[in-house]
Amino acid sequence: MSLQAHVVVRRGTLPVDVGLEVADGEVLAVLGPNGAGKSTLLRVLAGLLPPDGGRVAVDGRPWDDVAAGVHLPAHRRPLGMVFQDHLLFPHLSVLDNVAFGPRTRGASRAAARRAAAGWLDRVGLADLGARRPGQLSGGQAQRAALARALVGDPALLLLDEPLSALDARTRLAVRAELRRHLAEFGGSTVLVTHDPVDATALADRVLVVEDGAVVQAGTPADVARHPRTDYVARLVGLSLLPGTGEGLTVRLAGGGTVAVAEPAAGPVLVAIRPESVALYPSRPAGSPRNAWPARVAGATPHGSTVRCELDGEVPLLADVTATAFAELGLAPGSPVWAVVKASEVTVYAR
Amino acid sequence: MRRERTPAPLLVPATLAVAFLVLPLAGLLVRTPWTQLGTLLTAPGVGQALRLSLLSATLATAVSVVLGVPLAWVLARSRARGRAVLRALVTVPLVLPPVVGGVALFLVLGRQGIVGSWLAGTTGVTIPFTTAAVVIAETFVAMPFLVISVEGALRAADARYEDAAATLGADRWTTFRRVTLPLVAPGVAAGAVLCWARALGEFGATITFAGNFPGTTQTMPLAVYLALQRDPQAAIVLSLVLLLVSVATLLLLRDRWLGRGGAAG
Repeated sequence: MSLQAHVVVRRGTLPVDVGLEVADGEVLAVLGPNGAGKSTLLRVLAGLLPPDGGRVAVDGRPWDDVAAGVHLPAHRRPLGMVFQDHLLFPHLSVLDNVAFGPRTRGASRAAARRAAAGWLDRVGLADLGARRPGQLSGGQAQRAALARALVGDPALLLLDEPLSALDARTRLAVRAELRRHLAEFGGSTVLVTHDPVDATALADRVLVVEDGAVVQAGTPADVARHPRTDYVARLVGLSLLPGTGEGLTVRLAGGGTVAVAEPAAGPVLVAIRPESVALYPSRPAGSPRNAWPARVAGATPHGSTVRCELDGEVPLLADVTATAFAELGLAPGSPVWAVVKASEVTVYAR
Repeated sequence: MRRERTPAPLLVPATLAVAFLVLPLAGLLVRTPWTQLGTLLTAPGVGQALRLSLLSATLATAVSVVLGVPLAWVLARSRARGRAVLRALVTVPLVLPPVVGGVALFLVLGRQGIVGSWLAGTTGVTIPFTTAAVVIAETFVAMPFLVISVEGALRAADARYEDAAATLGADRWTTFRRVTLPLVAPGVAAGAVLCWARALGEFGATITFAGNFPGTTQTMPLAVYLALQRDPQAAIVLSLVLLLVSVATLLLLRDRWLGRGGAAG
């Protein structure tokens, strides 16, 4: 285990008590609602906030050990951190931003710039090193921030909502790229997010944190299949279908096709939110592009709606209102048609 | 913003206020002996006073920046207790009558003063009535302007940049030098200009602590005051020079204070 942490923070509005372990090369997503303590946890791991209790150790070396009085300040921890709104220094060029870490850690100016240029090339920004951060698009800025975090070959990479400031289209591209870089990264990664799609796409394991405590842990698939709290259910209650992109159509691994709004190519994941699935007793008129016959496998009340598990060529979760559920006369075993607008389908690289 | 007719109870006093502020300056321009301007400006005392003023105000600003920026950082960033008290103490010179400041400086740094007598005894250096005293008096009066301005800039600056720098291996001093200071540079510049302008116009503390000796302590404001008793024409010309310097200062700051609808950046 490369990162072992038990973080206790008692100050502030919300007490946090979270334990986690991340192996070398592993990506752990910390998923949770706003104010759950995710950012506090990350700040403690970064050394920006001394914990009130517990221990943080990386590669067996203690970074924080409250009982032993150990606290390694942030600037002495070999880590990289990517912030939600990139926080590139506005007064430095992109190249100097990336070279900042190597410089403060003792590299010569030339060596730091060489390393920075190498990383800018790796994130596809080789030509933009001379620009100021203000002249970059959101996606480019986040790529530069990633290069800045990774350039020193840190033991620990911390990502704080790295994609949430980006628009939907940019997000897809940056997410795919981030995924590639995380796969190449040899250290431990902790990703804080409130987006289950990010967690599913990027993480090997998910830790769901609510009210400062872990409520669920497991692989993204585990967590998605067996949500234990309302929040987790809503959060990860999307249907995730692997497939192969063929332009505006995705051929699903389990059979069937999904029409999508954004062109996709190669191995992709298709995500469909239960609330975007409409149920009809028979094939609806107007031949919508995504209409699949299915059978209700199970139905559970879920707030004011009923969540239906659909069995068929395309397995889905569908949320219908209790009224609609009654009007359609649905019960386990009922045949239905599930309809999803192409624009409601999320597709991204696997 | 919707523009409406200004109500008379507001318009009349507002117009009076404008007249009150602008007319004296206009009067200065009207009464300026434009034809003799060249001769009066090249009179021996004028250049001397102007040079001394510019030099001492610049030195006072330099001292204020070197000492005031770190003080502003302490006020804005440190978690030390008693910061509110410290801030209050630091800003006292802002509201203190400058003459009182001069008296206070005299009591501490004068030949008989607490520090001054020790200084004279050990090194033989006496401060009052020297150019150094001018700089000290101006710094005392002007530094709070810089401190307040820089502290405001530091508070407005996003402290998360400093977190980012820490995660990149920068200790607090490196972070201050390479991140914080460049981020608040516009605030430091504005504060320095304000400080410089205040130092340039300093009168009360200077005449009390440094006296009024041409060539060593007679700055422009002192020269203006003295000239008014003997040669009003010269006083007008000297005032005109100070007015021009003030307007130039305002122009330097215009982007910050006038350009964006009065919103301090």
